[in-house]
Amino acid sequence: MIKAILIFNNHGKPRLIRFYQYFAEDMQQQIIRETFHLVSKRDDNVCNFLEGGSLIGGSDYKLIYRHYATLYFVFCVDSSESELGILDLIQVFVETLDKCFENVCELDLIFHMDKVHYILQEVVMGGMVLETNMNEIVAQVELQNRMEKSEGGLSAAPARAVSAVKNMNLPEIPRNINIGDINIKVPSLSPF
Amino acid sequence: MSDVVEKTLTALPSLLSLDSQPGSAKLSSTSKLGSLIRGITELTSKHEEEKLIQRELLSIKEQVASPNTTMRQMKELMVRTIYCEMLGYEASFSYIHAIKLAQQGSVLEKRVGYLAVSLFLNESHELLLLLVNTVLKDLQSTNLIEVCMALTVVSQMFPKDMIPAILPLVEEKLNHPKEIIRRKAVLALYKFYLIAPNQVQHIHNKFRKALCDKDPGVMTASLHIYLQMIQENPEGYKDLTGSFVTILKQVVGGKLPMDFNYHSVPAPWLQIQLLRILSLLGKNDPSTSEIMYEVLDESLRRAGMNHNITYAILYECVKCIYTIHPKSDLLEKAAKCIGNFVLSPKINLKYLGLKALTYVVQQDPKLALQHQMTIIECLDHPDLIIKRETLELLFRITNAQNVTVIVEKMLEFLRISKDDHNTIDLVGKVAELAEKYAPDNEWFIETMNTVFSIGGDVMQPDIPNSFLKLLSEGFDSVEEDRKLRLFAVNSYISLLQGEPGKLPQRFLQVISWVLGEYSYLKEDLESAAVLRLLAKLLDMKNSSSETKSWVFMAMTKLCEGTAGVSVAQEVSETYSSSMDTVLRQRAQELEHLSQDSELCAKVLPRGGDREHVEVDSSLSFLDGFVSEALAAGAAPYKPPHQRQEELAQAKVLSLEPYSLSLPISMSSCSITDRQSPTLLSMSSGLSGDSTDLSHKGGSTTLKLDGVKRVWGREGYLSQKEPVEESAQVEVPSPVRSPNQQEEGDSSHSQTPTVTPTLGCEQEKQQLASSLFLGLSTQSPVCLMGKSEPAPQRFRRKAKSLNTSEQISNSLISSPSAVDNLLCNNLLDSSITSEPDLSPPERTTELTTANGTCNTETALTDSGMKGSNPALNRDNSVDATDPPSHEDMDRPKNVCLMSHLPAELCGLAHSEITPLCTNQSLSLSACHVQKEDSLVLVVFINNCSDSDIQQTRIQVDSEDLEVSCVGDSPVEELRSLSVAVCQYSLTVKRPLVNVEVVGMISYQLPVVTTQELQFSYKLPLSSFIRPLMVSTEEYGTMWLAFSNDTKQNLTLISDEQEPLAATLNVLRKKLQLHIVEIIGMEGIVACSLLQDQPCLMHCRVHAGTLAVWLRSPTPDLPDCLIYHCQRALQCH
Repeated sequence: MIKAILIFNNHGKPRLIRFYQYFAEDMQQQIIRETFHLVSKRDDNVCNFLEGGSLIGGSDYKLIYRHYATLYFVFCVDSSESELGILDLIQVFVETLDKCFENVCELDLIFHMDKVHYILQEVVMGGMVLETNMNEIVAQVELQNRMEKSEGGLSAAPARAVSAVKNMNLPEIPRNINIGDINIKVPSLSPF
Repeated sequence: MSDVVEKTLTALPSLLSLDSQPGSAKLSSTSKLGSLIRGITELTSKHEEEKLIQRELLSIKEQVASPNTTMRQMKELMVRTIYCEMLGYEASFSYIHAIKLAQQGSVLEKRVGYLAVSLFLNESHELLLLLVNTVLKDLQSTNLIEVCMALTVVSQMFPKDMIPAILPLVEEKLNHPKEIIRRKAVLALYKFYLIAPNQVQHIHNKFRKALCDKDPGVMTASLHIYLQMIQENPEGYKDLTGSFVTILKQVVGGKLPMDFNYHSVPAPWLQIQLLRILSLLGKNDPSTSEIMYEVLDESLRRAGMNHNITYAILYECVKCIYTIHPKSDLLEKAAKCIGNFVLSPKINLKYLGLKALTYVVQQDPKLALQHQMTIIECLDHPDLIIKRETLELLFRITNAQNVTVIVEKMLEFLRISKDDHNTIDLVGKVAELAEKYAPDNEWFIETMNTVFSIGGDVMQPDIPNSFLKLLSEGFDSVEEDRKLRLFAVNSYISLLQGEPGKLPQRFLQVISWVLGEYSYLKEDLESAAVLRLLAKLLDMKNSSSETKSWVFMAMTKLCEGTAGVSVAQEVSETYSSSMDTVLRQRAQELEHLSQDSELCAKVLPRGGDREHVEVDSSLSFLDGFVSEALAAGAAPYKPPHQRQEELAQAKVLSLEPYSLSLPISMSSCSITDRQSPTLLSMSSGLSGDSTDLSHKGGSTTLKLDGVKRVWGREGYLSQKEPVEESAQVEVPSPVRSPNQQEEGDSSHSQTPTVTPTLGCEQEKQQLASSLFLGLSTQSPVCLMGKSEPAPQRFRRKAKSLNTSEQISNSLISSPSAVDNLLCNNLLDSSITSEPDLSPPERTTELTTANGTCNTETALTDSGMKGSNPALNRDNSVDATDPPSHEDMDRPKNVCLMSHLPAELCGLAHSEITPLCTNQSLSLSACHVQKEDSLVLVVFINNCSDSDIQQTRIQVDSEDLEVSCVGDSPVEELRSLSVAVCQYSLTVKRPLVNVEVVGMISYQLPVVTTQELQFSYKLPLSSFIRPLMVSTEEYGTMWLAFSNDTKQNLTLISDEQEPLAATLNVLRKKLQLHIVEIIGMEGIVACSLLQDQPCLMHCRVHAGTLAVWLRSPTPDLPDCLIYHCQRALQCH
């Protein structure tokens, strides 16, 4: 079972939070904080698995994470999941995001949080891995998007808006969002 | 406030424009989220962020509440709310609107609504009930996307009680033409299985259909379910092994379409899942393992490419090979694989390699030897996770010879690790190793000191308890005890003289107990000096009041001599006015006992035998006081929950049925008392609180009764899985093949001869030689000058151990010769109790034996057997009369039935079902329903031609308590005879079906010991008995029970009185007692054996039977309703 999926940036700002097991609101925030604390102090040349901690479900749980440019993708899983399998699932998820958003960046995740959620729903459902085939996931998402278009040409709007935001010269944005390396690089295989 | 107004005002124009121009509205609304985000990023402090978001939420709140807000605007507002919630700001006002959006919106808006609901709410949230209808509607929708959304939200969270409402619809979706819908439906059902397994019992065959689905995606989804179910009950799915193997074979062979490839590996996640399932199925099962050897070999071979995901498959493969029944050439390949992992420069693989090594090292310690240098390197790895994993591995290979080095490494890690979880875990391990392998007293005490000071107050309380128990129980030698205790005292005195303020509370407690008990051993030490040291602890600011009361207890034990008494007096004076009542009491005790040395000696006998101290937990000595008080008109004690219930009843209108006025009658008291976990009698309940108090502060002796015994002579008792141990035994010798043996040897013999080229390298070598010492048992090359394997130092006193062992082993312990004879005798008589089926010659012969059934015959009989088995009488009978064999086989059941013990004959019993068979034995069983118990009868039929000896049968169950009835763990079983064992069963926790597993081991004359395993399933309904109560009693009980379930059942409507007919079926099939039927309502009562009542209220409503069950036992209503359903279906 996947217990939770957390995406946050290098400063610990949550970008997408999905729990598959119930935690009270303040507990969720604590989990995010502590997970960020644990993950952020590890350099890139150590292993991508973290064990221990009694955050979620005690000893039978581990954190499996990947770090892309400005974002951390963290999956909290129990012992019934394969470590390397989940590691590649994260890769699949990110590659799918990249396909759907065409060169995905942190801003896409912020402004299209709902869309990211829909994509995630096609990958993981209720804590179980539903689909690992990227083409299949993209097809499902596109099916939904087509429906969106048929609802009155609205789908173009958010994309326009984002590109507007992207292109706008936003002097006030930064500090937290580091525009310099905002593009998530999706290497065919990140260092591991 | 002005902020709010301003915000609203600024929001207004945009609201207006939204309504008029939908196109531009989209843009402006998106930019509202944008401006929110931008606003947040501009802020510099958390405080400002909070203010901004609260403002935002207020404006959202106003907008969602406005009747003019369109669904489309609502959708946008919801996204913003989701964003705020993600940042940790609660927006509970929006939950109801999220549900409304899911209910009323168009598909797109619905999607946002569902998303918001699934992010905001949880399974037990009350608002979720409002969603049920929406889900129902969407499940029936013709729009695929709506169906998908509904299934997704259902699998994310759904109220347990409402599952029956949508279950048929979800089941239907398993036949949906669209593959994606089928797949989601399977996962939704899996989720139902996880949260309410009883609800989906009936669709197990549909899972099988999903497994055989033509679409591989659906099949993959169904594996989630199978993995779970096989984990719970591997025996039940052995028949599927072949299918799983075939699937894996096809996947590995590339038979799946290309889209399933990931980096040109065919469906890797599917392979991983299948390998996990196979390892569960093959565990401890040679014949099932046999089926999968080939495909495992194939998987290992195919997964040769150098990609992350292939390693994932390889890892699972290796784990599977080491889990199932071993096969030598596969093990060799797996070992090589582990080597690749460990040696890999990729850190993730190294981590997994270490994990795999840890997993297999108990079976194959040589493997660790091969990689010793890598392990040493990992010990100094900068990554703490790798380091931690290495220590875990070392923990598994610790023995008496390397314990000091390994414990030192662990303590080193403990000092740098800041993580609580790690500390707790490792500290426990160090303590375990120290107790098990300590080379000498000094080392042991010092190690434990470090454990206590590092582990501090986070460690498991078992550790200090077990340590003190070890000290107080002592070992076989009195002199050793004294030395150990004295050393402890010395070490603690010096600690207290140093800086005790830095020591954790737990450690201080241990110290004060030890000083209180044993400081007299140190002869040159004045007790007054110890008292002064202890008194210093009392004055420290950070001592907790628990610690202080331990200190007080220690002082009470120590105060003697004028100097001591004066210190004691001084202290007790200070604390006799303490605000803490416990401390005040302790101070009083100290004061009184220090003045009266005789009384003190009587209360606290020094070094006295503590096993005689008994605690009267029922507080029966207070009975007199209680009855006096009752006679004087005091109200009887009522437990808090009862008091609350009565209070609630007095105030509120009672909406419960059967709410008879509840007088504080004896009957109601006894019911609640029975529920109370402590089993205090009513009178003792009166003074319940004082029990707690007197237990709390640490009394004269340690309270170790309730403490789980974790460490024993054999090591960590609870964590060692028996299964693994048996697996370890079963590893065939080929694994320790000669070449590995050589490698092991050479690695050892080479260590001393290595030329010291690099100092660092040499250091590592030395470390390696000390770490891996004692691993190669065949060639004990001893570098540290200890040739003999050190015997375990701390052996608990024989006395205490024996008692516990005797209890656990009483079944297995080899009986004395006399027992043997008696047993034989019994057996003979049981065999001959069915004369009509056996061939005539045999009967006469045996009955004569039986007739003269005295010890003498038995003696000669067994004497004969012992001296010359060939002359065995039974053998000769078979030889002369071969047909008897077939005769026995054909009417087997009838034949077995006649073996049923006489006292069980008249009772209702199940059919005799075969459990397991091999060429020599066949086991069958049935269960017999006695009035007050359920008896499992196992028939052991020896169908071979030779006698079977040393038969031992063990029966056990997770869900049941099993106790052997009668005297006979069978020892010997003659050829072609039947032995009968009886077990009485009691339910520990209700499940729909309960299972008994067992094992029989026996010895044939020629062959060595053999084992057979079996399991027997029986429905919960066989434990159910009618409960005879009157309507009034029923009413009282109904109120007292807290666990309930409601459901609709089918009514048997083809009869005149449907209710009576239905209840009669239930009465006949499930033995329920019908208390009363009034009009359209009926009440029924039953109880699960050993006093677990369950009440049922039935009402005919709209052509169905609405039942409401209540019981004090959780899960019992759920299980019973399942059996009622079954009973009515079958009708």
